Amino acid sequence: MEKLRPQCYKKDLKDLNKVTAMTATIIALKTELTQLVQAATDLPGIEAARVAALGKNGKITGLMKTLGSMSPEERKEAGAALNVLKDEIAALIETQESALKRQALDQKLADEKIDITLSPRPERKGRIHPISQTMEELAAIFADMGFTVADGPDIEDDFHNFTALNFPPGHPAREMHDTFYLPDDPDETGEAAKKLLRTHTSTVQIRTMMKEKPPIRIITMGRVYRSDWDMTHTPMFHQIEGLVIDKDIHMGHLKGCLTDFCRAFFKIDDLPARFRPSFFPFTEPSAEMDIGCSREGGGLKIGGGDSWLEILGCGMVHPNVIRNCGLDPDEYQGFAFGMGLERMTMLKYGIPDLRTFFESDVRWLQHYGFDPLERPNMATGS
Amino acid sequence: MKFTLNWLKQHLETAAPLDQILISLTALGLEVDGVEDRAKIFAPFFVAHVVSAEKHPDADRLKCLVVDTGAEKLKVVCGAPNARAGMKGIFAPAGSHIPGTGIDLKKGVIRGQESNGMMVSEREMGLSDAHEGIIEIADDVPVGTPFAQIYRLDDPVIEIGLTPDRGDCAGIRGIARDLAATGIGTLKPLDDTAVKGTFKNPVGVNLNTEHCPHFVGRMIKGVKNGPSPQWLQDRLKAIGQKPISVLVDITNYMTFDLCRPLHVLDADKMKGNLNVRTAKKGESFEALNDKTYTLDDGMVVVCDDSGILGLGGVMGGTSTGVSETTTNVYIEAAYFDPLRTARTGRALQISSDARYRFERGIDPQFTAPGMELATKLIIELCGGEPSDVVIAGKAPERNLTIEHAPAYVRQLGGIEIDEAAQEKILTALGFTVRKTGKTWSVSTPSWRSDIEGRPDLVEEIIRVNGYDKIPAVSVPKLSAVTRSAETPILSKSRQARTVLASRGLDESVTWSFMDKGLAEKFGAGDKQNVAALTIANPISSELNFMRPSILPNLIEAAGRNADKGYPDTALCEVGPVFESPKITGYHVCAAGIRSGLYLGRHWSGKESSRVVDAFDAKADALAVLAACGGPTQVQITRDAPSWYHPGRSGVMRLGANVLARFGEIHPAILQDMKIAFPVVGFEVFLDAIPLPKKKAETARPLLTLSPFQPISRDFAFIVDAGLEVDNILRAARGADKNLIDTVSVFDVYQGKGVEAGKKSVAIAVTLQPKDKTLTDPEIEDISKKIIDSVAAKTGGTLRA
Repeated sequence: MEKLRPQCYKKDLKDLNKVTAMTATIIALKTELTQLVQAATDLPGIEAARVAALGKNGKITGLMKTLGSMSPEERKEAGAALNVLKDEIAALIETQESALKRQALDQKLADEKIDITLSPRPERKGRIHPISQTMEELAAIFADMGFTVADGPDIEDDFHNFTALNFPPGHPAREMHDTFYLPDDPDETGEAAKKLLRTHTSTVQIRTMMKEKPPIRIITMGRVYRSDWDMTHTPMFHQIEGLVIDKDIHMGHLKGCLTDFCRAFFKIDDLPARFRPSFFPFTEPSAEMDIGCSREGGGLKIGGGDSWLEILGCGMVHPNVIRNCGLDPDEYQGFAFGMGLERMTMLKYGIPDLRTFFESDVRWLQHYGFDPLERPNMATGS
Repeated sequence: MKFTLNWLKQHLETAAPLDQILISLTALGLEVDGVEDRAKIFAPFFVAHVVSAEKHPDADRLKCLVVDTGAEKLKVVCGAPNARAGMKGIFAPAGSHIPGTGIDLKKGVIRGQESNGMMVSEREMGLSDAHEGIIEIADDVPVGTPFAQIYRLDDPVIEIGLTPDRGDCAGIRGIARDLAATGIGTLKPLDDTAVKGTFKNPVGVNLNTEHCPHFVGRMIKGVKNGPSPQWLQDRLKAIGQKPISVLVDITNYMTFDLCRPLHVLDADKMKGNLNVRTAKKGESFEALNDKTYTLDDGMVVVCDDSGILGLGGVMGGTSTGVSETTTNVYIEAAYFDPLRTARTGRALQISSDARYRFERGIDPQFTAPGMELATKLIIELCGGEPSDVVIAGKAPERNLTIEHAPAYVRQLGGIEIDEAAQEKILTALGFTVRKTGKTWSVSTPSWRSDIEGRPDLVEEIIRVNGYDKIPAVSVPKLSAVTRSAETPILSKSRQARTVLASRGLDESVTWSFMDKGLAEKFGAGDKQNVAALTIANPISSELNFMRPSILPNLIEAAGRNADKGYPDTALCEVGPVFESPKITGYHVCAAGIRSGLYLGRHWSGKESSRVVDAFDAKADALAVLAACGGPTQVQITRDAPSWYHPGRSGVMRLGANVLARFGEIHPAILQDMKIAFPVVGFEVFLDAIPLPKKKAETARPLLTLSPFQPISRDFAFIVDAGLEVDNILRAARGADKNLIDTVSVFDVYQGKGVEAGKKSVAIAVTLQPKDKTLTDPEIEDISKKIIDSVAAKTGGTLRA
């Protein structure tokens, strides 16, 4: 209360004997009203105190009304003192009121307490299938090397799947493919009538070369079908195929492009790569590519080590194939490659069993699938 | 293809160690699949002399030996009953790994007696089950002789994978030739000089099919059949062949050694001359594998007067099979057509070493030399008198000459190899090189039917030189701007799967084929030509039809997940559905289902715990359309196909174009599929979503923001219960297209306070003034227009 005592009031205290009756009344009133305000324990109580002190019929208001009957000198002194008292009491009410309001809010908040151990409202979080993730990764890596994506139909014909790719009729290489056949198309004749499910994505090589002029630089990804079903084979799986055709593309480019690709895909800068001669009807020379790996302790680790892992088939496009597509093999040459996407995915992400890719088991999808926000992107390195 | 190192060295003169040979094989394209180096396994074990054998002082059955290893005399405790002083046996020193028991041997003390190794039994060496005693070695074998040498196990067995083009390497000599070309050794000469016959071959040969153009026959009289000599048995055993009798073993040996399959017949069981012809459908043949085959038209058979003796290039018959008592033998060496052999073998499902070679193409020029080499071997091992050879037909000749430009190696192969080196490689592989200026004329050897043109020669040169020597060159980018790599449909597929996964659906990948009966419940036959999409040779009858819809696969998957305890699933797939086998006869579809509870049971109440409904599917479909850049406003019609609930499904259209369909799956179909919980689904046809007309500008249209407050007014209308709410929205929107910004439904109510057969629909209308603030009378005016428009179009009245 000391600090509330105004200067003018202090001055008057020098001579307490001269204190007028009015001054004494104010002092008494101050004590009374202060007690009244301080006694209020809730908002209505404070409101009642405000009315009692400052209301139309309040005590300070009442005293104010008596000022009119005073001499100008008395009125000046008493009026000032009363105003000081009015401000002091108003301030006291405000302080008290805001304290009570905060108290009331604290009580309300305490009443509003919730059990924060309860789970929030559920949301479903779907996952992207690993095969799709791999396809998007491959598109990103090859786009960076200037490739575009081409596509073709799953239901193909004998010409695009075999003949144009230099598989001679009856050759054992055709048998290696275990083809699913559909009834002949009555609207077509010969090889175009013989309908089948494509056994490889190499069909898109043919479709692309037949409609585009070099330079050609494409990949194609999609479903392929072979009649084989065991631990390591499913009747449907996915492949990626690549094709680069120009005037001066040679085996050195094949090695460079595929080594760059494997390093980018497995994210190993110094991944060892080895190319071995092999055989495919649609390439000559042909090769298989191995990457370095370690098989210590029964596990498989891509990268360093003293072992090799076969990863893809490739080669220089056979002149017969180029010719079959209406291009001149003396003018154009290039390379092609193909690989199984499930295998690449299994190797990169440590998925042990091919067959589980197609079972749609939600536990598998949630475990091996990818967050839809985690799309492959060369910039983020994901 | 298996062979042993020593067998290879019979054709290849080389000092190269095994490891180098293995590296060269793989580098040549003869990929090493495995090596079994038994000499390594048995390296620690050798012959030792038992100097003394005393009974163990504290064990009745044990003996204390002193063993002389040549270097030292060691104490060894041994339990074998045959262990005795003076004998020689096989000693395993401490530290060695015992292959038969898998134990690493340690020095030890056995019942108080020191033991520094062991004398081993055959079982402990992993050779047999013999464990009656330790191995006994003849006295004349010197101490220290390696065990592997005594048991002839010191020859590593190499297995290579053979690509289908390299028939020439289905014989060990072919492999040796390839290796010699790398400079690792030299190919030894082969003595194929003719053996002079001592009598006239009594069996004539008639060739009556083009599929056997060349046949050489010879009889050898007075042979003695029986078990083969040890070296021959060892070699065959090493590569996994079972020795049978020396005559049969020789034909097998010729098959693997020189890729020259032969057939031997017991001449005394033959009748008349030989006739090679094609079979007639229904003829029967009993093959050497003790199976009887019914033949088809066109299969090549070797016959005599008694009937069919053999299936050309595939397998001989039992009727003339040789036995222990065979004394007169007839040798057949013939060339059978690769395609015909392959076809016959496939049709009858006979895999044989002969078929494997004939179908890849054996050397057609090697028929007569092969006969001479076989004759020499038979005479050497079985004795006998050879006849003249009878030769029918002649060897097919290919005579392929390729123009080779040495510079082409660099152009295609990407590596500079000088002309001398190129010529050396080609010559070593058997090619004949004639230099005629800038280009060479290169003739192919008869055994390389796989060589067809210029790139083949490049492959020969660069593979022998080594693919590893080709410098890798990164592919340069074609332009500074990375082109958009994705096709429009690929972009849409990615957008669809991303938005669906972010909405909570797990992406699946399911078979493109399904059960035809199930497919018929999902539209097979509506647009599809059922017969044309039925797989002729399905892998199982449940996967015999190209799917018309992805939904059945996803519903079945939901069923499987429910069986595993996960009934509340949300699955999607982006992939093809098929309408016809034509190139344009498929669509790329983004489909999805939600089953059971929307989110599963949760304390927070109804919204998450509710059962999935058609609006979930509708929201998914709209989200896909939006993500793929589709139209924001689509027509919704009620004509969804039969696999949807007729009252709770719809089709999203853009004019006549069906973009999507959605709804509850028909309960009868779920019942048929034995699915006991509700399922909603949608199918969006990504290829039906129109593409932006031209390439989108990177700059957006300028955004203008109105400075005037939007005004919202709510209205509740009483309309017929069957009225579709969209009619009210359209009527309201049409009241003032300029000022009305949005119209939305926030309540639909039927029940107390609303007359039966009616419903109350509450809508919120937002007005957006463009150039001035609206006055109250203006707002009143628009409200009236809205009420009038709804009344006129739907008969709705403002709810009191």
